[in-house]
Amino acid sequence: MWEGVQSPAMSLTRDSLTTALGREIPSTINGRECLPFPGVGVHRPEGNKIGPPIRSCADYPVNGDKRVLAEGDMVSQLKVALVNAGLRDGMTLSTHHHFRNGDLVANAVFDAAKQLGIKDLRWFPSASFPCHAHLLPHLKDGTIHHIEGSMNGPLGDFASRGMMRGMGVLRSHGGRYQAVQDGEVHIDIAILAAPTADSFGNATGDRGPSACGLLGFGLADSEYADHVIIVTDNLVPFPCLPWQIQGQNVDQVVVVDKVGEPDKIVSGTTRVTKSPDRLLIAENIAQFVRDTGIMREGFSFQAGAGGITLAFAMFLKEFMKEAGITAGFVRGGSNQYLVEMLEEGLTPVILDGQTFDLEGVRSMRENPGHQNTSPFTSYNYHGKGNFASMIDVVVLGATEVDVDFNANVVTHSDGRLLHGIGGWQNCLFAGCTILAVPSVRNRIPVILDRVTTMVGPGSLIDVVATEHGLCINPARRDLLEAVRGSKVPILDIHDLKKRLDALCGGPPAKPRLGEEFIAAIQWVDGTTLDGVRRVLGA
Amino acid sequence: MTPSTLTSPPFSAGRGGDKIRGDLWLGFEPANAGGLHLEFRSRLEALYGAATRELLQSLLKEARVEHGTLWVEDSGAYPFLIRARMESLLIQVTGDLSLRLPPQPSLGSPMPALQPQRLRRSRLYLPGNEAKYMLSAALHQPDAVILDLEDSVAPAAKQDARALVRHALFHLDWGSAERMVRINQGQMGLEDLAYLADAPMHLVLVPKVEEAQELHAIEEVLGERPMLLMPILETAKGVMHAEAIAAASARNVALTLGLEDLTADLGVLKTPAGKETLWARSRVVFAAKACGLQAIDSVYGNIADEEGLRASVREAKALGFEGKGCVHPRQIRVVHEEFAPEPKAVTRACQIVRAFEEAQDQGLGVVSLGSKMIDPPVVKRAQKTVAEALEAGLLAEDWLTQTPE
Repeated sequence: MWEGVQSPAMSLTRDSLTTALGREIPSTINGRECLPFPGVGVHRPEGNKIGPPIRSCADYPVNGDKRVLAEGDMVSQLKVALVNAGLRDGMTLSTHHHFRNGDLVANAVFDAAKQLGIKDLRWFPSASFPCHAHLLPHLKDGTIHHIEGSMNGPLGDFASRGMMRGMGVLRSHGGRYQAVQDGEVHIDIAILAAPTADSFGNATGDRGPSACGLLGFGLADSEYADHVIIVTDNLVPFPCLPWQIQGQNVDQVVVVDKVGEPDKIVSGTTRVTKSPDRLLIAENIAQFVRDTGIMREGFSFQAGAGGITLAFAMFLKEFMKEAGITAGFVRGGSNQYLVEMLEEGLTPVILDGQTFDLEGVRSMRENPGHQNTSPFTSYNYHGKGNFASMIDVVVLGATEVDVDFNANVVTHSDGRLLHGIGGWQNCLFAGCTILAVPSVRNRIPVILDRVTTMVGPGSLIDVVATEHGLCINPARRDLLEAVRGSKVPILDIHDLKKRLDALCGGPPAKPRLGEEFIAAIQWVDGTTLDGVRRVLGA
Repeated sequence: MTPSTLTSPPFSAGRGGDKIRGDLWLGFEPANAGGLHLEFRSRLEALYGAATRELLQSLLKEARVEHGTLWVEDSGAYPFLIRARMESLLIQVTGDLSLRLPPQPSLGSPMPALQPQRLRRSRLYLPGNEAKYMLSAALHQPDAVILDLEDSVAPAAKQDARALVRHALFHLDWGSAERMVRINQGQMGLEDLAYLADAPMHLVLVPKVEEAQELHAIEEVLGERPMLLMPILETAKGVMHAEAIAAASARNVALTLGLEDLTADLGVLKTPAGKETLWARSRVVFAAKACGLQAIDSVYGNIADEEGLRASVREAKALGFEGKGCVHPRQIRVVHEEFAPEPKAVTRACQIVRAFEEAQDQGLGVVSLGSKMIDPPVVKRAQKTVAEALEAGLLAEDWLTQTPE
């Protein structure tokens, strides 16, 4: 049971604390006390990681067959499995988002819970998508008390209007793993979609009719949840090889007709842009990476989801070919463009956290150099290092940046929740962090005096790239020096802001916000970086 | 386009509806009394709603429109666009054709002076009633931008486009691009020019010119106003009169042609190989060069085909054209690259110019390179090549003071 379930009225608190960066955060999140962000790398937790309950083989079938004995559609079968798992009011249920907008499992889980009359559940997804608007009635009728995970579209609006019963908590992918292993979030039941599995619970995402690539976002859930249910539409004879999730962590296996729609993995954020301005941004960044010498033999880069960042990878690829340079490794979000680089020998390895298209899925299955990773290996801040900080350059998006290079990726300028954090915060630890953003979006300027919501501290953000050129964080004198002689336009972020304000008719008005916090933004170490308040009149 | 949710008021301007972004739709129904009513909807209510309402009300007040209902649908219009839409509306409401609203201050530096002789390798077409493509056009560094009032603007939107082009010319930063406007044909084109009487621009593209007199009519409207002209030949008749048209105005700096209309006029299919218009294109080149004008080629329409564009530019260059129209910003760099001189030609030109400079320093009348004498026309061409190479970034500005390789 999550902490505040006994006193839901406590959830939307108005009491605030202040972080080291001067942001107001809620004093408590759903009954749990907040630790205000004390600065990057300051918070050092002590003690041990949590562990899941001890289980005995005596309680599991000796033949290894953990299939649920139930018939009917996914909802009917999940009802049986959830009852077997001991589902009760106030529990925490988790799902992963490797199917992105093609996920079918999360909706079915809460349909089943609703039919069982269960209330006050906490949904702990690794991300939510527009397809999860299906869960709005469940939020309204109290089946789901609140969501801790990304909220966008209709779910984001619902939360922003203050209609969710509890406070939303937004964490990075690494922060989600950290919160689970550090005991900040206790998962009662993990329900994990698996494109291929055996009856013992070994599971993989890289094959089967619904192959989605990997299952890394479900790793923490499988390791730490009290009870783990695998849902698959492709049951193979034991052993399922390779296994990305180990059956030794799995309690039950549910076999259904269809576990997800992999063709919906591809979304707007996973296609290369056609906009000339965005291509110009991508090209400027690629030239910057080349001209500053970041692009050198054995270097590494990561291009996140988003049309500009994908185009950046395409331009960089051409420059690498021209210069005869090969990368040491690249990190994905993999897609056909990274796969081409792997297959053309421009990189020996893709370290892949999630596959963005079916070419990525195929490559992961076929190419030993295409390695599946997890938030534990890539992003977890409370580990003995992670891959994200070893990257030479990463290109990410943002909704807003301020003149101190602080950035927002979760809310609109009008204060409404828009995106999840994804791996964004974790990636800020790269050697050079570049935010690729169009300077204006239908009169809304991207550069502000102060971001509406703080998601990334400016000390970790090195370059802001718009169609006008690149603004380099003055703290990075080395980059300012290295870019000399390049034809890439470089400009001061204050000058850019002045230009944008002159075009837009001054900076935008501050959004009208209520006093209640409707969501908290967690930093990678479990401290709270910012609070999101209710939007009035939305 | 009227938003579907509203009734049709007698006067309207701009664009609205669910699919439109970054624009403003205004509707107005006048009244004799009762003051002003505002029916205001904005996607940016929280951020700019108050500022937009205030601007609209002040513009109405300045125009002394005191009674009636103003419907507003704002999908994220910039202040310069708000002014343009309001100007278009107020002209209809007041019936005052000379009404002009003061523009927003310029975002860029003052307009560079007219330069009859300058590079015109690329000219980027921008639809005259679409603000979003105008905002960043200069960042793609075309030699020229064309704000188009003709084919890219629907007949019902001509007034809206005039106002938008005017406000965009005043307000936006066009960088070092030459500012061109393509007017409409005939009488409407003369009205376009009159409308833009105060707008900062360099050159007028005159479409479908068939007779020299058409340019004379334009010169009359322009009077003493400094302005360059570029006639577009798009009919058989125009092509046959190319020389007379080229010679018709001292304001002419270039001659160009439009192949879509020309092939339609000829009654032939426009093919990728383009044999059907080869003669017309060559004739335009000859007519232009005979009158000391630049010859500028038509556009390459398939924006997805970069190789096709490259081949098309190479062919144009070989025929004697010095520029190409661009329908997409991504075409600009390709056009510049293909019009840039060959590296070998640059090396040779540098040697010749260096030899010329040395001869000048030594007071020699004859330029020689090794044992070869260099004729003055060859020196002149080499100087042009060097200038083009500098422009294309193939040479360092201080190349002459550096030791040759």
